[in-house]
Parts: sequence; structure tokens; C-alpha cells
Amino acid sequence: MSPALTRLDALGAVYDRLADLTVVTIMGAVAAELQSLGHRENFFYLQHAMGLASSMGLGIALAQPHRGVVVLDGDGSLLMNLGGLTTLARYRPGNLLHVVFDNESLLSAPSIPRRTVLHAAQVAEPFADIADESDGAGSRDAPGDHGVATASSTARPRQSSPMPGPLSRVLLARDRHVSALGKHRVVRWAASTR
Amino acid sequence: MSPVSTIHSRVVYDALTACGIRLLSALPETWLVHLIRLAEEDPDMILVRLAKEEEGVGISAGAHLAGMRSAMLMQNHGFLASINGIVSGAQLYRIPLLMLISDRGTMGERDPWQTEGGAVTEAVLQTLRIPFARLEQPGHVATRVAQAQTLAYAANKPAALLLCRDLMWEEPA
Repeated sequence: MSPALTRLDALGAVYDRLADLTVVTIMGAVAAELQSLGHRENFFYLQHAMGLASSMGLGIALAQPHRGVVVLDGDGSLLMNLGGLTTLARYRPGNLLHVVFDNESLLSAPSIPRRTVLHAAQVAEPFADIADESDGAGSRDAPGDHGVATASSTARPRQSSPMPGPLSRVLLARDRHVSALGKHRVVRWAASTR
Repeated sequence: MSPVSTIHSRVVYDALTACGIRLLSALPETWLVHLIRLAEEDPDMILVRLAKEEEGVGISAGAHLAGMRSAMLMQNHGFLASINGIVSGAQLYRIPLLMLISDRGTMGERDPWQTEGGAVTEAVLQTLRIPFARLEQPGHVATRVAQAQTLAYAANKPAALLLCRDLMWEEPA
């Protein structure tokens, strides 16, 4: 297996592009790693209220529809607010990008490694039209399309774990989502934490 | 025909808009149906229908950080389901969260399943140190809604208004 993409690598790769966006992170390592790259005034680290970062991003995006908003979520947090995916899918603000780091564990509590039960993208599928970019073609990602996209290797059950997505594809998806100001999407970003 | 008061729902809704509320999050329940419909029909209101009430805490926090006034519409059981978000979100980050809570399960309640929640709602609000007022008659609604919002913004904390049976329900006792 090729060396895993770390979450910090991924954050570093997009850090410059976050300069003009409002960024909401979940607590723990995601917040710490983004901050380690350099805090900016447009970064908000939701250090508790687990699960609500995506809801907060939705509130910001609805209140300021011309401002780009990025939520940096995690699989554990997403699982605590799965119902919120239906709300996001209902309103789908085009200025909101929802990134989910999926390390299949709750690694802010390293002594209790756990496998999170479900692949969020699978759970989300019934709730929104799917723009599955897992093959990189993105043919359903025309402007005005909407739904849940996966930026990593697959939206289907993975054969092995972890299997991080290629960074280039993540960036491709990200560029497309943010600049096109399409509809709400979850970008699942399967990255190892180390 | 639902005995939920359309007239008093309008009084509550008008009080919210008079306070500059531009976003309402809601999860339907019997007493809230007219309020939610009014929000839905108002082109100047952003209505966010939720899957679970706790989402509304995050949405209102985001709206606040983005400069928009908002409120939550929920049943008291939805409030009970939102406590972690209220404590570790709105209270920790000093968000002026305005919550309108239908106070089910109190005197006059006929639904057995509402009664346990009704028995603890005020006690939980007090334990969480959330100031609250009861909306019981139309004459004081506008004043109490405005006062609750004023306090929420002065304190940067949640404040609650209990939508009570005498206001929301027209069935004779």
C-alpha cells in the first residue's frame, strides 16, 4: 500500500485556499492541526457540542449566502448528527462545502480506538441525489447538480482499511465544489491521521 | 379541526418578526403547526426544518456568528433532547439562543406520553441556569418575547419562552 495521506498533509494542501472562506472545524485533532498551520480570524473551532459543526456551518451559510463556508467534520462527529445530513440535503446551500475526515475511529481518545460503524456516504445516499465522483469522471457534477459526493476512493464498502484517497482527487473535488458554488455536498475524505 | 390557536400562533409569530428574527429552526409538533406554517409562508423568514432539535442549536449559533437573529421552535421533549448542544455549544460559546418551547405535559394534558417531560421541563431549565418566561395569554406575548431576546443578547446566553396550554390550545378545559 502506498504511504497514507495524513490529515495534516491534506489540511496543509488546502490551507491557502481557506483564506477567503469561513471555516468551522470539529473538536480535537482536526482543530489542533488546522490551528497548527496558522490561525486565521475566519477559522472557528467548535471544541465541543460534538456533531454540531455541520449544523453551525449550515447556519452560517444560510445567513450569509454569498460567503463560502467550509465545515471540516469527522466520521465520529458525523455519526453523532446523522439526522443533520437530511437537513443539509434539504437546504443544500451552494456556498457550503462539507468535508468529512474518515479515519474510522475516535482518535481524539487514542486509548479507545473504535471502528465507527458505518460509512457516512452510504448512510447519506438515500437522503440526497448522489453525485458520486468516486471514478473521477464527475459527469453528474454539472452546475446545479447536488448531493453527496465522495472525494476519496469509494462510496461503497471498502475492501481494506485504511485506504486513503489520492490527494489530487480530493483537490479536484474541492476545487470544483467551492468554485462552482454548486449545491450541498459531503466530501468524504478518507485520510489516515498519521 | 385542531384546537391549536391560529390567532395566538400569529401573535407569537408577529412578536418574533418584530424582534428581527430572520431564521427559525423547527421540528413539527401539534402546538407548533401554525407557527411553522406562518414561517413557511413568510418570504422574509428562513425556515429550517430539522431532523432533531439539537441541530437547531448549531444552526442558530452559526446564524449568530454570521450576524442574523434566529430562534428555535420545539417541544419540551425536543429541548430535553438538545441539552448537550445547549450546554457545550450555546453556553460554552456564549450564544444568545432564543428558544420557544411548547410546554406539553402540564396541567390539562390528556396525552400520557407527554406527562413525564412536562414534569421536568422547568426544573431542567433552572438547573441549566437558563432564564425563562411563560407565554400564557396574548396580551403579554410581544413584551415577553422582546424581553427574552434582550436578555439573551445582554447576557450572551440562551433564554427560553414556554408556550403554554392556555395560549396555544383553545379547547375548553
